[in-house]
Amino acid sequence: MKNSRRTFIKLAGIAAAGLALAPRKGLAAEGHEPVKVNATAIHAKHWAMVIDTTKLNTAEAINKLAAACHHDHNVPHIEGKQEVKWLWHDTYPHTFPEQENPHMAEEVHERVFPLLCNHCQNPPCVRVCPTKATFQRPDGIVAMDYHRCIGCRYCMAGCPYGSRSFNWGDPRLGLDLGNLNPEFPTRMRGVVEKCNFCVERLAVGKLPVCVEASEGAMHFGDLMDPDSEVRKVLREKFTIRRKPSAGTEPSVYYII
Amino acid sequence: MLELALKGSKRYYGWIAFLLVLIAIGFAAYVNQLMVGLKTTGMGRDVSWGFYISQLTYLVGLAASGVMIVLPNYFHSYKTNKHMVIFGEFMAIAACVMCLLFVIVDIGQPQRMMNMIFHPTPNSILFWDMIVINGYLFLNLLCGWTCLQADRQHLPHPKWVKPFIYTSIIWAFSIHTVTAFLYQGLPGRHYWLTAILAARFLASAFCAGPAILILVLLVTEKVTTFKMPKNALSTLVKIVMYAMCINMFFFLLEVFTAFYSNIPGHMHPLLYLFAHASTGLVTLMWTFIVFAAISITLLVTPRFRNNLKLLPWTLVLLIIATWLDKGLGLLIGGFNPTPFDTITPYWPTGKELLVSMMIYSIGALIVTVLFKIATEVKEEVGHSQRLACGCSSEDGCTCTGEEAAAEA
Repeated sequence: MKNSRRTFIKLAGIAAAGLALAPRKGLAAEGHEPVKVNATAIHAKHWAMVIDTTKLNTAEAINKLAAACHHDHNVPHIEGKQEVKWLWHDTYPHTFPEQENPHMAEEVHERVFPLLCNHCQNPPCVRVCPTKATFQRPDGIVAMDYHRCIGCRYCMAGCPYGSRSFNWGDPRLGLDLGNLNPEFPTRMRGVVEKCNFCVERLAVGKLPVCVEASEGAMHFGDLMDPDSEVRKVLREKFTIRRKPSAGTEPSVYYII
Repeated sequence: MLELALKGSKRYYGWIAFLLVLIAIGFAAYVNQLMVGLKTTGMGRDVSWGFYISQLTYLVGLAASGVMIVLPNYFHSYKTNKHMVIFGEFMAIAACVMCLLFVIVDIGQPQRMMNMIFHPTPNSILFWDMIVINGYLFLNLLCGWTCLQADRQHLPHPKWVKPFIYTSIIWAFSIHTVTAFLYQGLPGRHYWLTAILAARFLASAFCAGPAILILVLLVTEKVTTFKMPKNALSTLVKIVMYAMCINMFFFLLEVFTAFYSNIPGHMHPLLYLFAHASTGLVTLMWTFIVFAAISITLLVTPRFRNNLKLLPWTLVLLIIATWLDKGLGLLIGGFNPTPFDTITPYWPTGKELLVSMMIYSIGALIVTVLFKIATEVKEEVGHSQRLACGCSSEDGCTCTGEEAAAEA
């Protein structure tokens, strides 16, 4: 009895000493960034993507990019309506449902279009998320915190572009475990995931994997920099965005 | 007063045991869902909310409905209702608990649900929905329990509870408005993107909720000595009638806006639900229209409305109609026409229905226990008791005195 009281007092003393020291440690840390930014990281005020659909418009070509993206991010392969996808393709009427006309150029109408998260300026998914698990970074990228997500799927209801996927079951069951990308985490069941504009690659100075694999059909850069590659392309070519009426201001532009 | 729920007839215990069995079966399905994930449901990438959330939507209406008894009593001094108030409040408690449970079973990571509180996010309507439902649950527990306890001790209701009661009346409107906002503010879901959605929610709540309450009270009358005052019942039926007429009027406003404007996004969900969906769903949606029409006809005709033999059936038709509209059509109509202008059909799976059965059984259990307590107290203090002639002791019926005594 006596012994245990002594132990308790000792422990309490150590804990009190620790508490007294902790703030000083905090002070000592002041003035330093808690995380070091990679020297090669590339930055932008607002990242944006321009997709040249005159060059990239076949299912095979887009599937190749999707495969690269899905491999890089360990996106599970699941069949059916509970599938998970970050980058995929669809027809003109499905991609631009309000921007069709009956006598469109057949060539354009027959193209297939790459689809991904639009990283909107006014993202409804961020507006509706009850835990800030999906949030907008200062550089415009709409990111996901897979550890914060409670799986309420409100963001999926809120997204007017159907760009989000939910892990209805264990995503690791849909992965080729022998061929994982060890650089990127896998997810657990019950959380939402989506395209992240390859933030993990931007942080080490690389462009998004789809842009790199597109052989010039996709442009990526700073929308706020008048001299950037995306601004140059936007100045020269006519582009459209998906569902302008939703007011979300997508950061993905399509050259038609 | 909880001890009153512990002593009961064999029939009472039999019913409780039956509910517990249903809860156990549903719980097994829920454990399975926890282990393998929400893939046990019929939901998918395009239809990300399903039966669970649509039940939440319908049940907030039931929670809000009690206010249709409480409000006349406190705002208009319509004292005929006064012995019914407690049932409205207790029903709201059960409904709020069911709503919260439906949210919990719907989320993919329930062990993280406290993130809603640890990281409060006022820009999310779901955050506010959690606040209003929990708040309404608390208010009804507090007001209902305090007033019933005072009744039991033959004391006037304490003064301090009055502000909570008035708050709860306003709050009842908020829970339904906020739940409508959950849907209403989403771009790209045309069926929900309408300013009248919150008003539609309130109208359907104020007809379906009291209708369910009346049916439950009719059953309560069968198994206890409780008897609704005639005037209170007829007032409530009239409220149901007006609310149902307004509900269908609002629905017709939506139909007009969609088809007169000719805007495709607005027409698609209605065309899908009433014409192009699977035959089963189209039949159900037309059943909603037919049942709504029949129930309105029966309710607006005084001869049918006042026929107590017919009334339960009228109410059943009304409940089915409103459930098909709000508990099924609203969700399917909003989701099935996808953002890609395609159709992804949704139908709940057996496991989804089992889990829902668990929650409805828990709700029934709460209603049973709370109504048992309330009716026992009313019997003790002699409020709203059935007289030999079939009247309620509140009716001022001529048969009150001798006949009742003789029967006793």
